[in-house]
Amino acid sequence: MDSSAILAEIPRLRRYARALLGDRAAADDLVQDTLERAWSRVAQWRPGSNLRAWLFSIMHNLRVDQIRRPNLPTYSMEEDDFEVPTRATQSDALEVRDIAHALSQVPDEQRAVLLLVALEEMGYAEIASTLNIPIGTVMSRLSRGRERLRVVMEGRPTGANLRVVR
Amino acid sequence: MKPLPISESDLHAYVDNVLPESLRAEVEDYLASHPDEAERLQAYQAQNLALKELFNPMLDEPIPDNLLALAAKPETVIPQEDFLRGAVNAQKRSIFSRWSLERIAAGLLIAVVSGVSGWLAHGQYQPPVRSAQVVPLPRQAAVAHVVFSPDVRRPVEVRAEQEDQLVTWLSKRLGTPVRPPKLGTLGYELIGGRLLPGNSGPVAQFMYHDSSGQRLTLYVTTENTANQDTGFRFAQEGPVNVFYWIDGKFGYALSAGIDKSELSRVATAVYDQLEH
Repeated sequence: MDSSAILAEIPRLRRYARALLGDRAAADDLVQDTLERAWSRVAQWRPGSNLRAWLFSIMHNLRVDQIRRPNLPTYSMEEDDFEVPTRATQSDALEVRDIAHALSQVPDEQRAVLLLVALEEMGYAEIASTLNIPIGTVMSRLSRGRERLRVVMEGRPTGANLRVVR
Repeated sequence: MKPLPISESDLHAYVDNVLPESLRAEVEDYLASHPDEAERLQAYQAQNLALKELFNPMLDEPIPDNLLALAAKPETVIPQEDFLRGAVNAQKRSIFSRWSLERIAAGLLIAVVSGVSGWLAHGQYQPPVRSAQVVPLPRQAAVAHVVFSPDVRRPVEVRAEQEDQLVTWLSKRLGTPVRPPKLGTLGYELIGGRLLPGNSGPVAQFMYHDSSGQRLTLYVTTENTANQDTGFRFAQEGPVNVFYWIDGKFGYALSAGIDKSELSRVATAVYDQLEH
């Protein structure tokens, strides 16, 4: 596992962690934990296999551990980060801010799948192996996550309207 | 004969452009005859775009130093004792962020446990003297220094530009006039201040920096009910040097990652400006 390969993955890890957690500092902490764990388990990495998928799956496992561990609620000190680059400069700025909020209303496990699809453009099978869940679960989480996001963004009451994956 | 029904998974694959070409025409026919579904899928496509637009700028952000460093194999595991070192370089936020939070959490727990047990004990017998500090002043000050001085964006609650408001507010909350000393002649300008919880009530922290960005904090408590005055005392908490002294009900602690002799010059200047 060489440094330049790892280096090349850091921006994507940060982007995903930021989108998943909605908080810059927490996201970078998660990336840091991921890299530290990756190095500590470097012997488990098979050269030639997909480094990105391996790192994402480490990050996912750390995140699962975090969620299981009860934590004090914390607030970001940088909550205005989302607003700065897009406010009033683009016609769709409102929509972009909306989606940041709406994303936070999507359950964690659905959000993870949604982001791996939308940002990472991972294939469904790759997501299944990264998150260590069956592909059917990937599809149902994707379906529910997208619908949830749509409902929140349209300002409709949430809770109903779940769709069964055939 | 009608083909197999279009599945939800096919629709998502269509949204994500991973639908096998052989099914594309079929899905498009389906959408043409189901406008609600077409609208739903359009919303999903818009989500993909909006998410990219929102988060892709992250890809171009400079990578923080601590993450850059981790692109290479770390030499050793960071020992917990090193956590204070993070404060020395305001930019090196990584090492201490995790350890210090654990330490602070542990410290808070100790404070809470001590407080609770003290309170419980109080019900049973009167403690002879209630002057002992739960956490020693230099330790409190050093931790507060380590927590806030590396914060690039929000090191203080009220900035020096609103110094009048800062003074009014902190004086009101501490119940006694407090004012940040002027250290400009020594090269330190006030950044601002904040209110913090001390052992039994509010304490104030003023933060200064010099032209190189070196930060220095003055921690002011009014919690010393029974302690007699002290002269200057020096303490070292990891890489943070602390000069502290007690003056009546006030406790002062000056913390920075600078050497003892320079800190002592600043401490003298602070002392000289205070009313005795």
